Amino acid sequence: MASYRDYLAWERLPHLWCAGCGHGVILKALTLALAALEVPPDKVVVASGIGCSGRIGDYVTTHRFQGTHGRTLAFATGIHLARPEVKVICVMGDGDAAAIGGNHLIHAARRNVDLTAIVPNNLNYGMTGGQFSPLTPPASISSTSRQGKAEPAFDICHLAVVAGASYVARTTVYHVTEMQKFLQEAILKKGFSLLEVLTPCPTYYGRYNALGEAAQMLEWLNRSVIPLARYRQMSGDEARYWWRGRLVDREAPDFLSRLKGAG
Amino acid sequence: MVILILPAKTGKQRHIAIHLDHNLCKRCGICVAFCPQGVFVTGDDGYPVVAATEKCTGCQLCFYRCPDFAVEVEVDK
Repeated sequence: MASYRDYLAWERLPHLWCAGCGHGVILKALTLALAALEVPPDKVVVASGIGCSGRIGDYVTTHRFQGTHGRTLAFATGIHLARPEVKVICVMGDGDAAAIGGNHLIHAARRNVDLTAIVPNNLNYGMTGGQFSPLTPPASISSTSRQGKAEPAFDICHLAVVAGASYVARTTVYHVTEMQKFLQEAILKKGFSLLEVLTPCPTYYGRYNALGEAAQMLEWLNRSVIPLARYRQMSGDEARYWWRGRLVDREAPDFLSRLKGAG
Repeated sequence: MVILILPAKTGKQRHIAIHLDHNLCKRCGICVAFCPQGVFVTGDDGYPVVAATEKCTGCQLCFYRCPDFAVEVEVDK
């Protein structure tokens, strides 16, 4: 039986993420999910972008690839088409996936490329000093919005659904078992799957917005997130919450099948 | 590392071992805050200390929540 230990490059630990950063929890859930599915490490590529979460590839024993900022999905599409038998798991932060790589995201979803996209959303650009991203909630304090972010945020999950993704879900680092379950479903899904994971950044977002240390931030996430079914019944104060759950899980031909059909 | 033998409520004996790795721990306090049984306390140096070993139920929440791979709980059923 495979163990999560087989997927971790222990000799490279401790990792570079700050104390209380949720990225380590996501890495652990990913290794646990791969072990549960018993996918051999040499049949997995972890492709990442730039930023804190982009360093995830340094700590896995699977194949890994780090692309330029925002282009992870473009490179990953190539890897997938050349080696369809290999599971390609893309890890892109909120800035990487939604801002710099926003166009790649919608087109990977539209083509329904058989990739798994994990978006660890820590609500800001952590590595460069806490600037706001398109997924930062309005009114948040960041190093580029000292009076509060004036823009609205968009919902990357709904974006992926309307673009055509086969599987879209959202959870948080607080909900560890749900995260592992969704990861396994997303990895197994044929077609484009996106899992957004809300995760605390105590160093910047938490400090700027007075949300406390790691443990308090996790409690804050738990209070701020409600199950999708309850969210849908709300009228009026939805904006105060994030929903969590499986937004879509549907069957559609993936890009490679269409490509072969066309040829 | 702490090893203890628990007379569990079911009457069965369980061996639980809690491993804490100070080389990996970054003292974020998540294990101390989220253990449902209050097994950990924060030591003077900021590192978690296993203080109430007999309360551990082997739920593994500390293992799942630790961002730094510093906690492992071995449960022999």
